Amino acid sequence: MSNTTLDRPAKAAPNVFTQAELGWNAWLDPVPEGALTERQKQGLVDIARAKSPYFRLLAHDPDILRTRTLADKDIFYNTKAGLPRAERELAAAATSRSNGCIYCASVHARFATTFSKRREDVQRLLDEGVGADIDPLWNAIIEASVALTATPIAFGPEHVRKLRDLGLDDLAISDLIHSASFFNWANRLMLSLGEPEIG
Amino acid sequence: MTVQDTDILDRLSGIASGSALDALRRERPQTRDNVQASYEALFTAADETGISQSERLVVASFVGLLHGGGPAAAHYLGLLEAQPNGVALAALVRGLAERATTSGPYGAYPAGPLSSEDVDGLTFKLEADRRAALGERLAVALEHVHQLVFHPRDAKASDFAPLKNAGWSTPAIVTLSQIVAYLSFQIRAAHGLRVLGA
Repeated sequence: MSNTTLDRPAKAAPNVFTQAELGWNAWLDPVPEGALTERQKQGLVDIARAKSPYFRLLAHDPDILRTRTLADKDIFYNTKAGLPRAERELAAAATSRSNGCIYCASVHARFATTFSKRREDVQRLLDEGVGADIDPLWNAIIEASVALTATPIAFGPEHVRKLRDLGLDDLAISDLIHSASFFNWANRLMLSLGEPEIG
Repeated sequence: MTVQDTDILDRLSGIASGSALDALRRERPQTRDNVQASYEALFTAADETGISQSERLVVASFVGLLHGGGPAAAHYLGLLEAQPNGVALAALVRGLAERATTSGPYGAYPAGPLSSEDVDGLTFKLEADRRAALGERLAVALEHVHQLVFHPRDAKASDFAPLKNAGWSTPAIVTLSQIVAYLSFQIRAAHGLRVLGA
């Protein structure tokens, strides 16, 4: 029997999109913190992530965790030219809103607010959904992210044209493609391996 | 100019060496290298979590086909066909995907204000003859994969019971989830870059 997944007192699961900090509980047993091997620690990249049940669950397969994490960090944190941080986080939040990942949306909506200083606009994406009419650039970024998230993929030349017309260069559009695509990776892990909790 | 065959995302998005998109991808070397290393971790490294190469390729082929085919489906089906019994497995997966393909994302939210956004859709179940042909272990895996591709917000803790009963360990489920999640990234990134370069 798992003491990480079954014996925990039940906390409420969030049923709205929010910018508040949420917890996350794994449905399968993570590697216990004290049992992490050297390779699993390398998979975590930042040892502080050993506190996270999500990353310790992914540590069961350490190599893909490591390469996933290094790709994630560069897609979002490498701000040498290209799309600004705020708009990368907006793409992540829009993708998460579209797939329905309340936990991922909370984290990346918060980051979008931090970098854009536009908390109310970010909240409109969460409250009104991906059809919220915010401003031409944010609307186009949300629309492109949602089109990339659809299966079958609905992203086409019209999205690229609109983003170029709004002043994005090809590196910025590539950053957007990577940010939205990456959250189709992240959302599927977060949604299927556990669930968020309030507080 | 020729399409590079060493980098999987270049191959799937048709990026030629020396092209504008090649130069653009090389402006993000850490991303480029780790997207490639992720592919290698899932598909070329020795198995350590208990999913055979042929099982990985069945899953990847199915994910590619559920996205409407295209270069990724062709790539993984080609690799699958080179496995022992791979031609039969690939034919089986093609037949399953024909009946499993739909449009996503759909699914239900936890009861509350978001319930008005709940969207119904297909819950994919293999028929008895297909289950028998594929084996219970892969049958339950593909049912899970279908949910991950099209309606991941329907996931719940009890989804793991059929996988566990069919012999899937926790590390194997983590790898299975990573294969589907990585492919969901790879197929979108390749599609987006292909459109950007057109």
